[in-house]
Amino acid sequence: MTEYRQDPAGINIRKIELFLIHEADLLDRRQYDEWLSLFADDCRYWIPLEENQKDGKNTISLVYDDRKLLETRVRRLGKDSMHAQAPHSRTLHVIGNLAVTDDAGTGLVTVRSNQIVTEYRLNAIRILAGQVTHRLQRSGDSFRIAYKQINLIDSEGEHRGIPIIL
Amino acid sequence: MGSSLCVDDIAGMVQDERVHRDVYASPDVFELEMERIFGRTWLLLGHDSQIPKPGDYFTTQMGRQPVIAVRQNDGSVRVLFNRCAHRGPMLCSLLKGSVSEFICPYHGWVYGLDGKLTSVPMPAGYPPAQSPQANGLGMIPVPRLEVYRGFIFASLAATGQSLKTFLGPVISSIDDLVDRAPDGEVEIGGGIGRHVYNGNWKFMLENHLDGLHPRYVHASSVAAANEQDDARATDGAGEVAVRQMRQNGAPNDLWEKIGLWTAPNGHGFLADYHDDEKLVKLSDDPLHVEYRRRMEARYGAERTREILTIMRWNTIIFPNVSFMSQFGQLRILRPVSVDRSVVETYVFRLKGAPEEMFQLSIAFANIVNGAGSPVLTDDLEVYERMQTGLHTDGNPWIDYARGYGRDVDTGDGMRRGGSGTSEIAVRNQFAAWRDYMTAESVEDAGGTAQ
Repeated sequence: MTEYRQDPAGINIRKIELFLIHEADLLDRRQYDEWLSLFADDCRYWIPLEENQKDGKNTISLVYDDRKLLETRVRRLGKDSMHAQAPHSRTLHVIGNLAVTDDAGTGLVTVRSNQIVTEYRLNAIRILAGQVTHRLQRSGDSFRIAYKQINLIDSEGEHRGIPIIL
Repeated sequence: MGSSLCVDDIAGMVQDERVHRDVYASPDVFELEMERIFGRTWLLLGHDSQIPKPGDYFTTQMGRQPVIAVRQNDGSVRVLFNRCAHRGPMLCSLLKGSVSEFICPYHGWVYGLDGKLTSVPMPAGYPPAQSPQANGLGMIPVPRLEVYRGFIFASLAATGQSLKTFLGPVISSIDDLVDRAPDGEVEIGGGIGRHVYNGNWKFMLENHLDGLHPRYVHASSVAAANEQDDARATDGAGEVAVRQMRQNGAPNDLWEKIGLWTAPNGHGFLADYHDDEKLVKLSDDPLHVEYRRRMEARYGAERTREILTIMRWNTIIFPNVSFMSQFGQLRILRPVSVDRSVVETYVFRLKGAPEEMFQLSIAFANIVNGAGSPVLTDDLEVYERMQTGLHTDGNPWIDYARGYGRDVDTGDGMRRGGSGTSEIAVRNQFAAWRDYMTAESVEDAGGTAQ
């Protein structure tokens, strides 16, 4: 369980926060290739259907991408023939409430954050809010994302298509 | 009647090769659809595996009317209108649950699982002749209910075609799904997905039997998948997805050869399609070899081969069902208004089959039904553009002449499109639609094929 009340020793929270802000900024600027380059080779990008969903294998998901599917997803966002992004969405990510756990022995850091994505498209605003779990691998002076899970607060609601990356 | 439309207005909207835009855009037409289609035909509500034990229930809507499907103490299923007989609140507000009785949140009226009123607080407050019991109050069962191989169908009309007559030859698609289970039963598993689009409900039913759209609607995911490096890491989820995306880019002559059948009452299916070796159960994949071993243990080799040779893609049961028997997928359509439609998506587990096959069905569901799917999102976008485009005055007609005059009678009430890209399915749906919509009474409705 990620602990909000105390930061683990030896972890530079501000550095992690800046990394997540950088990641979100790449999405808002639609720099998807650079965004994808932040991810590990065997990464997972997951938006579960259910509030306490245990895995993406036995229950359906809004998105359940391994590296292969995530690459295809990102490549599609660059296609002019992508009707669902003509015109493209404009998004604004706001992240906060970080809680960090050092996964001892694994070399990974788990970061929980709250994320609010405001999307504008075709004269309409949509809010996609949820709690995000990142698992970060230390990589030189920075990190690579091994895992990103977004639990939308309305994951089981009636969604219009979500063609963008959250 | 909920609108000012007359029979001639409705009949005039549907011609041999085209329909008037009002069928998708007129709120008056939608009101009449709620009365004459959703208020009269059989509607699929779900599957009895969703409510295995007495007291288990799920809630849904028939047309716009909230109902509860609940398992009885004797093992049967009942469907009750979801309202208290007293002042009308819904008795169940959750999508699913388990209860021993229904208790109204407003004044504490209590009902048994069968809907019978069992108590009201302080009954002496009623004059005996006006007591709820004397007035016969209770939860009201829907007029008709039939369960076929676990599929719960109900109708808001007390009379009309039997379920088997209504389904006609497409009942074979339900059999195709259930027969694939080594234990002879399927169950819903893996949650219920939901998506919505700001467009008319009929768009989805038309699109699911449309062999021409994939290369165009899904051009972006086809291209992105074709360029994908297959050496990249996948745990199976991406592999199933990328293969399906590529499949949508199959050349035109393949789509032309696909079997596209229609049946009375607006139903139909796509068949003789798809040879994905990961999903099609006749492959040499070790998983499917084990699955076939279990099937043959139950059915014998010959019957197993017969079952697994059926290559059926989408089946439409007009007006609220689209399902894939071969891959265990189900979509239930719920119209909200003339320009808004909700789709609930389900996955089936084939009882007795290796669990990994269910996991493949989950991965497949994510790519065909997930709200974030790179495939589905382009379909939903096009539905919404259709709804907007219909408002132009320059051309009030929607054309579906492709293949007109080339459809072939294949017996047992079915017709086959001259090619897999024929618009026969749309013509057939609107023949049934016109028949339902112009019938003054339920006895006059049903049975029409294009």
